[in-house]
Amino acid sequence: MLQVLQFGPGGWGGELAAGLAVTLALAASALPLGLIGGLALAFATHSRRAWVRESAAALAGAFRGIPELLTLFLVFIGGQRLINLALPLLGLNGRFEFSGFLAGTLTLGLVFGAYASEVFLGVLKTLDGSSIEAARALGLGRWPVLRFIILPELFRLGLPGLSNLWLSTVKQSALVSVVACDELMRKSYLGATSTGDHILFYGVACLCYIAITTASEAALAAWHRRLSRGRSRG
Amino acid sequence: MAKPPFNPRPEGSSGYLRVGLLLASAVGVGLLLQLLLGSSGIGGEDFAAASPLLLKGLGLTIFITVTSVLLGAMAGAGLLAGLLQPWPPLKIAIRAFCIAFRGTPAIAQLYLIYYGAGEIHALLQEAHLWWFFRDPLNCVIFTFTLNSAAYQTRIIHGALVNLPREQTDAALSLGLPRLVALTRVLLPQALLTALRPLGNELTKVTKASSVASLVTVLDLLGTAKYLVGQSLDFGFYILAAMLYVLLVGAIRLVVDAIERHLTRHLSPAG
Repeated sequence: MLQVLQFGPGGWGGELAAGLAVTLALAASALPLGLIGGLALAFATHSRRAWVRESAAALAGAFRGIPELLTLFLVFIGGQRLINLALPLLGLNGRFEFSGFLAGTLTLGLVFGAYASEVFLGVLKTLDGSSIEAARALGLGRWPVLRFIILPELFRLGLPGLSNLWLSTVKQSALVSVVACDELMRKSYLGATSTGDHILFYGVACLCYIAITTASEAALAAWHRRLSRGRSRG
Repeated sequence: MAKPPFNPRPEGSSGYLRVGLLLASAVGVGLLLQLLLGSSGIGGEDFAAASPLLLKGLGLTIFITVTSVLLGAMAGAGLLAGLLQPWPPLKIAIRAFCIAFRGTPAIAQLYLIYYGAGEIHALLQEAHLWWFFRDPLNCVIFTFTLNSAAYQTRIIHGALVNLPREQTDAALSLGLPRLVALTRVLLPQALLTALRPLGNELTKVTKASSVASLVTVLDLLGTAKYLVGQSLDFGFYILAAMLYVLLVGAIRLVVDAIERHLTRHLSPAG
């Protein structure tokens, strides 16, 4: 029974390994998108303009409330339609085809961003501003204060929350299989349906996900300890 | 002089109210656009025909969520009792169960259970369990019961071990039996801190249960998918998304109200 998992011709080992690589690539490419999106949403929620504040809060709230699978459909189908509606207006011809991978990356990034803004807002609330005041008193401008004072603190204090979001993103990437992105879950689905060994293939997929999540959990916890060296708490 | 570094923003349930207002206006704008663009679907007879279906789907989503979380709470109570036993093999087995269900995607769990049950249906028939697993809805509820049990066990166990050690000492030194100390002193406090994560668990299952639509269950997303397939009108997905946001918002409001009620003795302002 295990020989269907062999590498090489006739075996699914290579296919599953390729799928695993795509899964990791999906989650990893959604990460920068989500971090930047989350930061932007968090700072927009503190904007001086009421309409920016309200729309940022509503946007983040909406994408925290919509199931990831539905967000994926909205991005995959709706995004493609919007772009194809916009193309003629820009004077461009042709049709734009969304790949499953691109839709998946955008969706995972969007969801990560919506939750990350919540993490960042929580951290911003705990910053008391004394370090910012000190930096300003030293004559640092707006950007250096953000770059050297606020962002490192945000990241260090937000890391436990962001770690959880990363684990969720890895798991949510399995949903992208339904828009024909050849990641681990879809390779397992194809293997399971063509051989009939459902338990074997989904079992192997589950073991792969457990391996990714436990390994990243341990690595992120170690990183957080390293970042918090020499501090009494936090 | 700790000055808040950013503009302070009013917190609390008024935020949900504003989100609700924004959503209502979004619905209004959506309907207006549909009418202006003259597209079929959401603004017309189709909508009248579709809305009972969507509401039925919404009901099924609520049913799946509530059943799974309640059954998961019962299973979780059993797992928690096992974790508090001194027998290591049992603890290890429960830990492994929690890692397995918390470390894998819900879609993989559902496929493993749904398609896996199909693969071994002869065995299940012999065990008189096939009637249960042949129904995709049962598989969905079974999957999310186990999934939720793993998360709830972890949440409550985490809250319990984080209680100050003195609470146990004080209860035991008063002569309370261990079980009474656990159920009357420690658990009530642990549940209080676990309330927020448990509320999040409820909204998480609400959203995650939408994978039921992939195994032909007509929950809210499944119904929307069916309606989009029938009419090719993408608007049903938007409508479903709004219903999900309203449902999750309503759950958050209820959980917030419960939390405020239960913690009213903790802060003089509350």
